[in-house]
Amino acid sequence: MRILLLALSLLFASLSAGIHTAHAVEPDEILADLVLESRARRLSAELRCMVCQNQSIDDSNAPLARDLRLLVRERLKAGATDAEVRAFLVARYGEFVLLKPPLSTGTVLLWLTPLLVLAGIGVLVAARLRAGASPAAVAGQQLTEDERRRVEAILARDDAKS
Amino acid sequence: MITELGHFALLLALAVAVVQMVVPAVGAHVRDQRLMAVAYPASLLQLALVAGSFLALTYAYVASDFSVENVFLNSHSTKPLVYRISGVWGNHEGSMLLWVLILAAFGAAVALFGANLPPTLKANVLAVQASIALAFLLFIATTSNPFLRIDPVPADGRGLNPILQDPGLAIHPPLLYGGYVGFSMAFSFAVAALIEGRTDAAWARWVRPWTLAAWMLLTVGIAMGSWWAYYELGWGGWWFWDPVENASFMPWLAGTALLHSALVMEKREALKVWTVLLAILTFSLSLMGTFLVRSGILSSVHAFAVDPKRGIFILVIMVLFIGGSLLLFSIRSGTLRQGGIFAPISREGALVLNNILLAAATATVFVGTLYPLALDALGGGSISVGAPYFNLTFGPLMVPLLLALPFGPLLSWKRGDAAAAMQRLLVAVVVTTLAAAAALAWQSPGPWLAPFALALGVWVIAGAVTEIAFRVKAGTAPWPEVIRRLRHLPLSSYGAALAHIGVGISVIGIVATSAWRTETVVALKPGEKLEIAGYQLEFRGTAPGTGPNYKELTGQFAVTRGGTPVTTLAPSKRLYDQPRQATTEAGIHVGWRGDLYAVLGDEQPGGAYTVRVYFNPLVRFIWLGAIVMFLGGALSLSDRRLRVGAPRRAKARALQPAE
Repeated sequence: MRILLLALSLLFASLSAGIHTAHAVEPDEILADLVLESRARRLSAELRCMVCQNQSIDDSNAPLARDLRLLVRERLKAGATDAEVRAFLVARYGEFVLLKPPLSTGTVLLWLTPLLVLAGIGVLVAARLRAGASPAAVAGQQLTEDERRRVEAILARDDAKS
Repeated sequence: MITELGHFALLLALAVAVVQMVVPAVGAHVRDQRLMAVAYPASLLQLALVAGSFLALTYAYVASDFSVENVFLNSHSTKPLVYRISGVWGNHEGSMLLWVLILAAFGAAVALFGANLPPTLKANVLAVQASIALAFLLFIATTSNPFLRIDPVPADGRGLNPILQDPGLAIHPPLLYGGYVGFSMAFSFAVAALIEGRTDAAWARWVRPWTLAAWMLLTVGIAMGSWWAYYELGWGGWWFWDPVENASFMPWLAGTALLHSALVMEKREALKVWTVLLAILTFSLSLMGTFLVRSGILSSVHAFAVDPKRGIFILVIMVLFIGGSLLLFSIRSGTLRQGGIFAPISREGALVLNNILLAAATATVFVGTLYPLALDALGGGSISVGAPYFNLTFGPLMVPLLLALPFGPLLSWKRGDAAAAMQRLLVAVVVTTLAAAAALAWQSPGPWLAPFALALGVWVIAGAVTEIAFRVKAGTAPWPEVIRRLRHLPLSSYGAALAHIGVGISVIGIVATSAWRTETVVALKPGEKLEIAGYQLEFRGTAPGTGPNYKELTGQFAVTRGGTPVTTLAPSKRLYDQPRQATTEAGIHVGWRGDLYAVLGDEQPGGAYTVRVYFNPLVRFIWLGAIVMFLGGALSLSDRRLRVGAPRRAKARALQPAE
């Protein structure tokens, strides 16, 4: 849990400076334009506070997060689209700032994982099921002619003994 | 003195672990009863020694013996007694000792209650358990020894992070570890089965209660952590897709799959190889969770370098156990005979679908958690994989799982009738549709998907009720017959239905609070009001106060609803003395519609305070669902047929190896 993470950072005391109980958006940051503000909130939730442990700038009260929140709102007020704001931040801080990594050669495997695993296991299971339901498998549950003869022979021997 | 005894007990436990690992395993190999019998006293002695060691450390904490470095670093004399005790596992060394203690307890439980196990299986299981204990005891003794002394003795300790000074800390880690370590039972049984080259229904019957118990502990452990984060971290978040959370969530997902596949194995002798593999993978994920948390590799690559010895040690443990068991699996799994064939549309088929989706979900969380590390290590640059990724990938995988869930229990084994199941679910379909329509009509503007997601939870609950109704022939048989059937329905059927209802309840809570949460952030002066979700909050001002080891500033909010007083909320900001750190204590009002959650922020110029108020609709359903899942598991566990040792005579004889 997050709390274990906190416990962990206690152990590695050097990190404890990076811990913040979150306070996020301050009243003075909020934009008067409700539409812009809600866009800012949505964007903030997908942007990483780079000095925090896995927190978005929307969740964190670190000074850097506040700077980024103000920056996002400034860009939005200047008329930038969501994509332009993201591009602006990526140009400044690298892709590390995006909590939802964009599809690229480096992340294609990441995004395809659910489908690949699903397809992989699905194919395996389908093959198994077909094999299981095939006449051969069903026949495998019954005795072959050869086995039947051997069973009879054994039974006959036991009968002879008794 | 007591500390030295604890240290000594730890080292003795290590020696006992060596004996318990080697002697019974050799005994099982050469079929020597006396050698195998060593496992019994060894595992009990092991528990006694580790417990003694743990108690010695606890004593050092309670007595505030700061000559022990671990106590000095993590405790303080002014800390309340309960947090001095829970502080034992609030740090790395102590928590590893707790890990081994729980492991030893599980091992002793096999020794005590495993009288009906075939002797060789029991000997091998205990030997495998001992090998895990040995690895972790070695780890503690060489890199994380909590019994080291310091000289000169400091006057007082450094104290515990105030965020961890909470009743939650007392319960959360032991529950979580109980789950993690509990899966070692499934692992040990799987490895023992591979060594012996045989598994059967009786094996599954043995593994299932242990897995179920571990799963129950992990379920409430995760829920507990989530609840704790919710009220302690001060912004009402309850799940963050944080790597450390994911580390506990992966074993839970795999363990859930294991529970269901072991069911197929027990009832139908099918899915043997898969179940054994899943048992290995589930515990491997637990080990990996321990590694990820304990090495610090996830929170920071630098933390890994702070003490590379620890990280590398756990990495070696992981490679040995996971690699070793998977190697054993690849060599020996061919010897496990497959049984029971079934049609795709059948109870088995439904459980296979459950396993496919849960496996894909586990893989998604796994890849999402480790991808940034892997990419960085391969020179692909640093990226972040956060909540938006998991919501986009994990969420869609849960939809078919929840949609299909009610069908499973209504299909018969071997060959089921989907149309008949659908017919039985007709009432559930109607209820679900009504729920979706009501939610759609109720939400003014809102995410259009939310009502349908909410209805999924209703669907799962209605499906579980339908299953019980079908089993007791409600509506088709006369009432006395229905009541007779209700009384005779096995507890495990009720347990399964209840656990599924718990899933539905959690889904409803998750959807409602994610989709319809409202929030107000304003600067308020005393006497000013704010309004949220139908409540009016009047800020009455702040008052300072002191606690045992902190000072606080508490805000007073009078809450009214339509003019009638509801409650007073008193969120506070605390400043702890040792270590000096601020925390936020939220003021929470629990209502039937959801939680009113108030946080007091910083003082603004002019006497105003930043005030954050959230309304989290139905948020309690998330944890309520987890509790219901736990109760379902408990009900199932108390079923006579599942209870360990219940079918003693017949099973024990059937299990004797044919020689």
